[in-house]
Amino acid sequence: MADFSDDVRYPIFGGLAQPSAGTARHDAVAWGYARQADSMGVDIIQNCEVTGFDVTAGKITGVRTSRGDIKTKKIGLCVAGSTNVLAEKLNMTLPVETHLLQACVSEPVKPVLDGVVTFGAGHFYISQSDKGEMVMGGDLDGYNSYAQKGNLPTIQHVLTGGVALFPFLSRLKMLRTWGGIMDMSMDGSPIIDKTHIEGLYLNCGWCYGGFKSVPSSGWTFAHTIAQDRVHELNAGFSLSRFSTGYLLDEKGLGTKTWIS
Amino acid sequence: MLNIKCPYCGDRAQKEFAYGGDGTVKRPELNKEVSDQEWDNFVYLRKSPRGKHIELWHHASGCRQWFRAQRDTVTHEIFKTAKLNEEIK
Repeated sequence: MADFSDDVRYPIFGGLAQPSAGTARHDAVAWGYARQADSMGVDIIQNCEVTGFDVTAGKITGVRTSRGDIKTKKIGLCVAGSTNVLAEKLNMTLPVETHLLQACVSEPVKPVLDGVVTFGAGHFYISQSDKGEMVMGGDLDGYNSYAQKGNLPTIQHVLTGGVALFPFLSRLKMLRTWGGIMDMSMDGSPIIDKTHIEGLYLNCGWCYGGFKSVPSSGWTFAHTIAQDRVHELNAGFSLSRFSTGYLLDEKGLGTKTWIS
Repeated sequence: MLNIKCPYCGDRAQKEFAYGGDGTVKRPELNKEVSDQEWDNFVYLRKSPRGKHIELWHHASGCRQWFRAQRDTVTHEIFKTAKLNEEIK
């Protein structure tokens, strides 16, 4: 598949391939989870904003929403992109910043790429959708943002990396770009843990990722909530690691992406 | 593209600047015992508000001065910029 000869512009010294991997339609996956959760008895309440929490003597006693109050002893806070906003309502400050990440798709073309390619040196990823559009993305815009829209310098920077990897991309027209907000943890790894408030559990800081981790993230978070203690699988993803210094053996790039 | 007013050079394109994060964070005082929690607050903990945010920018491809900006994190509107020795709220 790849050209391993020495006389190419970017000689390949190594890489990672996951032969059983594939591409997924993310919206369909999210609705698949929702449908299955619903059929198992979970109530999903849409268009319902959390407006506050009730905390009595260090314990969670309820959550207030735009559609009424709910009394509860346990809350799982898992709201990527709005973590800082809800944490503020709990007077909590977290090792998380909210940032903006853009992606874009080109006009549709005949099949040219049958996998997902990530280009670490240029910080660029690309795949081709079933409709033929090239789906691309890369760097954060780089400043704190809750705007679900980005600026063009980042798109240009990302696509420069793309054209370096696949020169044929330079002849494609971009069909649309969009931006979403990311929970950027300070070390680039997620947090799945209890908090200093009894009954409040936190699952945040997934940065660019999280989609592929949903099954393990959900399972360990459910364990943490049900048993009121972390599972050994998520013990490392603690909130306290920042003050204790027990950081994870991962890339360690959070909000300061330029450090790489 | 953001249009950022460097307090030294005036209006310039965003591409000339590098972002420096929350501009309200204060380093613990020197020559004083610093607890792990204080150090954690300084290095890692950020409010990251939705709305007005006071932040540091670096005119990296210009005069290379650092300065503060007050910017809305929802609309990206920059209300004002100031030198580091000037007040900004």
